[in-house]
Formats: sequence, structure tokens, C-alpha cells
Amino acid sequence: MNWLSDEAIARLRSAGAEPDLAGTRYRLIERIASGGMGSVYLAEDATLGRRVAIKILDVPDSSGDLAARLQREAHILASLEHPGIVPVHDAGTLADGRVFYAMKFVEGERLDRFSERASTLPGRLRIFQRICDTVAFAHTRGVLHRDLKPENIMTGPFGEVLVMDWGVAKILSANRVSTPTPAETAHDQARDDQRTLATTSSRPSLKTAHGAVLGTPGYMAPEQARGDVERLDERADIYSLGAILQFLIASSERGTQTTPRALVAIARKAMDAVPAARYASASELGQDIARYLDGLPVLAYPENAWQKIARWAVRYRLAIVLVLTYLVVRALLIFWFRR
Amino acid sequence: MKEDTRIGGPSGKFPATRWSAVVAARSDDPRERSRALDAILALYWKPIYKYLRIRWNKSNEDAKDATQEFLAQLIEKEYLSDFDPAKARLRTFLRVCVDHFVANQTKAASRLKRGGDVLHVTLDFEGAEAEFMRAKSPLTAAAPVESFDEYLEKEFVRNLFTLAVTDLRFFCEEHGKLRHFQLFERYDLDDSDTSSPSYGELAEEFGIAVTDVTNHLAFARREFRRIALEKLREMTCSEAEFRREARALLGVESA
Repeated sequence: MNWLSDEAIARLRSAGAEPDLAGTRYRLIERIASGGMGSVYLAEDATLGRRVAIKILDVPDSSGDLAARLQREAHILASLEHPGIVPVHDAGTLADGRVFYAMKFVEGERLDRFSERASTLPGRLRIFQRICDTVAFAHTRGVLHRDLKPENIMTGPFGEVLVMDWGVAKILSANRVSTPTPAETAHDQARDDQRTLATTSSRPSLKTAHGAVLGTPGYMAPEQARGDVERLDERADIYSLGAILQFLIASSERGTQTTPRALVAIARKAMDAVPAARYASASELGQDIARYLDGLPVLAYPENAWQKIARWAVRYRLAIVLVLTYLVVRALLIFWFRR
Repeated sequence: MKEDTRIGGPSGKFPATRWSAVVAARSDDPRERSRALDAILALYWKPIYKYLRIRWNKSNEDAKDATQEFLAQLIEKEYLSDFDPAKARLRTFLRVCVDHFVANQTKAASRLKRGGDVLHVTLDFEGAEAEFMRAKSPLTAAAPVESFDEYLEKEFVRNLFTLAVTDLRFFCEEHGKLRHFQLFERYDLDDSDTSSPSYGELAEEFGIAVTDVTNHLAFARREFRRIALEKLREMTCSEAEFRREARALLGVESA
């Protein structure tokens, strides 16, 4: 073989990139996506006759760092059995030495793409509640996601909402940070950080020198951006949830709707530069959204008397209309018979 | 070649060594340095020759002389000691060195012969010229420099894959798996037919079962991948650089 044509090189590239599934129960169908350390392939489980998604390292990893991280991700996913978290079926090493894990193939759309299509604000908020529920569940199991963003949320055709990509998740130690630190009280500095970060929503994930993804600007809490890895707790994820809420609100603003102040306040509270000022848990954040949807006052937004009346009027508008209609009809009848 | 077979072995597991020719080229040990330069030149001399042909519009003979002269200077003047992988890719660094070399080139006939004494790598210029003519690029000397970087990259990949295929053949012969290589050659490399043969057609042609075709091809591709990546690893200085280069080599882009 003296010379390789461009076509042969393309075939060799493809053959070199494709995972070698020989000796496994899986048959490769196609590559679905590529990320920082590996790719996700659609494959068929020949034993069970179903489609699965397989996450595989792209290249050999002689340092073992990436392989360890992928295995860790598989173990974390396996430990989090929840309808909002994709279940892991299998994990192992391929004949070519690459580490992989197989998971449920989720047919659906990423939240960022889903949001591009018309969707009502209440509909988006109900999706957001499901995300909060899933993250709250992970937190109760001592797992931080650390890279929550619309690109890592999948929405299914039957209302499924799944939180994906737990590749940089952190398992919380017993010694969690719950009291404000000097860094947290440095209000001004932190708010500057927030202004710097809260700009774009579509930047690629940051990587360490070893290629480890730490988070995504615009969705990453200031303390996470500073690299305070040891001091991160659930409130870093709550910041990211706030950024997702802001994204969902902004997406629906493209129409004619104006954003309710209570929702803006919820997002701001979740994204406060000071971790202690954020919601204490993802459940609390989800509950505030539920209160908003039910027309109840939210924790994040203290109302004045007029706002309370206005919200009350909106909440009971049907009853108010019926009573007013009754009073008007009754007044007309009285007027008619007296004439 | 024997080194390649030792590195990964038929198991196809990760190579045990992380020898970097780029690092070794700056070694104090002359033997180590010589070995490293041979590895680098084996991969880069053809792309450099073709680059000189197209970017500097040199004739076959001039490009041949310039390539030899440049490689000789690369070794004698230890250009690679200035290479900083944090600042540029090796290909870009070499391209810039070639450009400087051409700009300062003086045609002293006595110097032209020196390359032959220094280089240990066989330079098949006739073959390189045939390749150049066969896949003539539409680029002209006036094209932007980025186009030439892409051209150099493409020719580097072509040369790396060509060397990997050659090594794969030796590997298969050594391990009594020549049929595996022949299937790989027929299915993945052969451009004589308009469309690739099916596994069934190959099974009939080679007188084996279709499952054997699948398994043999999987083996050959696995070994090809291992050899190609090992060659690439030699051209990088760190694990992170290797992973970045490997993803580019295999056409795996983040999305």
C-alpha cells in the first residue's frame, strides 16, 4: 500500500473512531453526540432486542483519569434510581481498551432546542419543577451535578424530563459547608463575579488542564467559577437551576408575554452571588414555582397590598366574574321591575 | 516495526509506553535524539516535500534538494529545541521553519549533499512526487496561509495512515493473520471498485464465513487504530495534547 486516497482516509478515520463492540452484546448504529471526553453512540442490544445509548471514551487514556471518571459517572448514575435520571444498564471495557457504559436511549429533545418551539410559560415552569425534583433527589443522595444547563436536560415526547451528563458530578463529603464563609460574605466581589458570568448561555464547558469539565459559564455559580471545589455544596446547583429558569423565562419572552416580577425574583434569589442567600434546597425552589403556578405568594417576592389584591383577583378571576355577573343581572332585574 | 508489536501486542490494550519523539529529540543522549528525529522525519518529510512543491512552487528537483537541505538543518541546528508545544502544534512549527528556511535559502551545491550523510530515513522522492501529482491540490502559492496549514495537516494524516497501514501489514504477517490484513485492504483501502464489497461478497471471495469477515475486519481495524494512535502519541508531549490530536485525527469533534 503506497498511497491512500482521500476516500480511503475517510474510511480509515471512521473505522478508527468507531468503537470496537466485538465481543459485546451491542451492535453499533450511529454516533449521536460528542462531548469533552467521549462520544455517545446509538446501539442495539442484541440480547434484549432494544436500543441503548453507549457512552465511550474517544481515545485511549493511558493516564487512566478519563476512564476513572467515566466509570465513576456510571456508578453515580446507577446509584440514582429516579424517573428523572437515565438508568444505566451495563458498564465495562471494550476490546480496544476503551471504557464504556450503556444506558437507556432517550428519544427526545434537549431543553434548549425544545424551548425554541412554542411552549407556554406554565408548561415550561412545570418542566422546571421536574428538573428541581430530580436535582433535589440527587442532593438527598449526596450528589452534586455541577454542570446543569439546558443542553444537559432532555425532554421526551411523553412528558419525560431527564437530567443528563453527570460526568463532573461531585459526591458530597460528610463535612458539608453550611455556614457562610469569608468568601460568601465578600458581597461586592461575588456580585462582580456574577455580572461577569451571567452573560451568555451557550458557551462551551470549561475544562481543566487534564480536560475535566468543571461547569459552564453563565450557568456556573461564582464560587464554582473561582474553583472553590472543596467548598461547593447544593447551592451551586441551585444557582444553575436559577440560570435555567432565567433561560426558560427569556425563551418565553420572545413572544408577547411580559415576565411576571415574582418569577424574576425567584430566578434572582436562586442566582444570588451569596450562596447563603439562595434557596436552601432544590425542593424549596421547586415549591416556590409551584406556589407561583397556584397563584400563591412566593418566598422570593414580598408583595405590597395592591400586588396582593391584584394576585388575588387573578387567582379568583372566575369567581369574581361570576359574582359580578350575578350582581349586574340582579341589579338590572330590580331596575326593570321597579320601572 | 518490532517495537510496534511489542508496544500493544495482539490484545489491543493501551500501549505501555508513552515515549515522545518530540521530547526525546531534545535529549542529551545522541542515540535517543537520533531515534526521535528518525521518527519525526519519517512522518513529516513527505508533507514537507509536498508543501515545498505547492506553497513555494518548487520544481520536483528543487523541492527534493530543499527537503534534504531543510531536514539536514533541522538536525544540525537543532530547530526542535525551540519547539514549545504550548504555543503551537508541531506541524505549524515545522511549516514556519520551512518558510524561514526557504526565505533564507542559499543554493550552495556543497551543502545540498550534506543531508544524505545525516538522515537515516529513506526518502523516496519518486514516490512522493507520484503522490503529489496523483492528488494535485487546487491550492496556489497565493492562497492564505491557513489553507497551507490545512494542506499540511491533510498530508500529515495521509502519511501517518500510510505508515500505520504498512506496519499493520508487517504485524499481521508476523502473527499469521495475513488474511485479516487482506480483508482490511480489500474493504477499507481499495478504491478500484465504485462501491465497497459487502461482507457476503468478501466471505465468498475469501472462502470464509461472514462472521469471520466481521471478526477479521474488527481485529485489523483495532490494530490499525492502535498503531496509528501510537505513532501519533510519539509526536505529542503530553496526554492532553495527545487526546486533542487523536480526536482531530479520528475526526471526532465536540458537538
